[in-house]
Amino acid sequence: MGLSPRPEPRVVETSSDEPWITTRLDSFINWGRKNSLWPMPFGTACCAIEFMATAASKFDLARFGMERQAFSPRQADLLICAGRVPFKLAPVLRRIWQQMPQPKWCISMGACASSGGMFDNYAVVQGIDTIIPVDVYVPGCPPRPEGLLYGILMLQKKVEKERAADRSLRDEMEPDATSQLYVSPSEIDEVSEPFGNSVHQTRSGL
Amino acid sequence: MSGDASFSPVVGGSALATGAPSPKTPRNVARTGAHPNPSADALRAEFATVVQRVDVVWGETSVVVERARLHDVIQWLHDDEGQRYDYLSDITAVEYRDVEREIEVVWHLRSLPYRRFLRVKVLLERGAALEVPSVWDVYKAADWLERECFDMFGIRFAGHPDLRRILMWEQYKEGFPLRKDFPLRGRFSRSEQLRQALAANPEARYSKDELTIAQALEDLPADMRRRLTAGERTGE
Repeated sequence: MGLSPRPEPRVVETSSDEPWITTRLDSFINWGRKNSLWPMPFGTACCAIEFMATAASKFDLARFGMERQAFSPRQADLLICAGRVPFKLAPVLRRIWQQMPQPKWCISMGACASSGGMFDNYAVVQGIDTIIPVDVYVPGCPPRPEGLLYGILMLQKKVEKERAADRSLRDEMEPDATSQLYVSPSEIDEVSEPFGNSVHQTRSGL
Repeated sequence: MSGDASFSPVVGGSALATGAPSPKTPRNVARTGAHPNPSADALRAEFATVVQRVDVVWGETSVVVERARLHDVIQWLHDDEGQRYDYLSDITAVEYRDVEREIEVVWHLRSLPYRRFLRVKVLLERGAALEVPSVWDVYKAADWLERECFDMFGIRFAGHPDLRRILMWEQYKEGFPLRKDFPLRGRFSRSEQLRQALAANPEARYSKDELTIAQALEDLPADMRRRLTAGERTGE
């Protein structure tokens, strides 16, 4: 029986009547985590309607351990950001993320939450990953419930493969400005012209 | 509500003569040439040259009036027994692409008793101060409508009790988004926009006055109450 990197749960027959199960602690913890994710819906637009359809009886999120929607961030494991986020809401979204206890994950649902979508304008955040870390992006405008379910299943696979002993996975770090790989926000603005930002653009030609 | 003697429900068309025909959806309306709203003639009779122009487009009447007498005109339309414009449905502004053309401020008035709709406009010359009288003392509904118009177009409403931004946050520094010289993506870079937005304190969205009205000031944590009482408005 060699040491495989991810041994499967194994039933050990013993002489007594009750058999034993051996497994890795990681597998056991992650099995529990992935099957009891409590989502916190952060619905701001039409994606939230699709989210509601996903949670309702036909598509039924409860099949994946999401019976209970946590409307308080303090009792949630998974933030599902459904819809566009205006700049005025940016500090609110970040505060909600900070209020969620570890371990926590985030799904960015739809084009607007993931990239600003069609709202490339003065009022809308160009992707919530500029505010909070995102685990799974679900494309679509809005995504169908099947799409969101697929994203949730992908997230469950991700949760399954995490190492519970590795605390660094849960560290929240500011970007290291001394690193050679660091690119400052103003440099990102510079290279992303004119698509990421164009302060010179006007519609009226003035 | 039966015990409240002061309550009287608004009945549409209640000021019309008995037996007046019930309203019908107009069909095949010509673009121009329809009869103006009777209020336009009444305004001419009452205010003479204050009324600069009367347009009837798609059967709807717009009256352009002098800026200085705007408040009197609206007050009269509200109070006069023959008009009774009791509902202010919108205040907005229009800026045209033609840089020479004036900016228009528009009041949408509705008279439920007479079943009339009237648009009152004021033209603001380019280069002059963008300021018009507030009608907040006539219609309380003007409060947020004027704040929105100020927020989006930068038009000041003289006499408004609390003229602050309403859609954008109060420290918004980039200008007035619906003006034609405002770039679609804003004036600052994306990273600067995000930095300023995240610097705002999400818990301090309301002023001390608003919280006092809602009797919510006492429920706040002590430090927030102290900060707001010391005069902090919102954000940063």
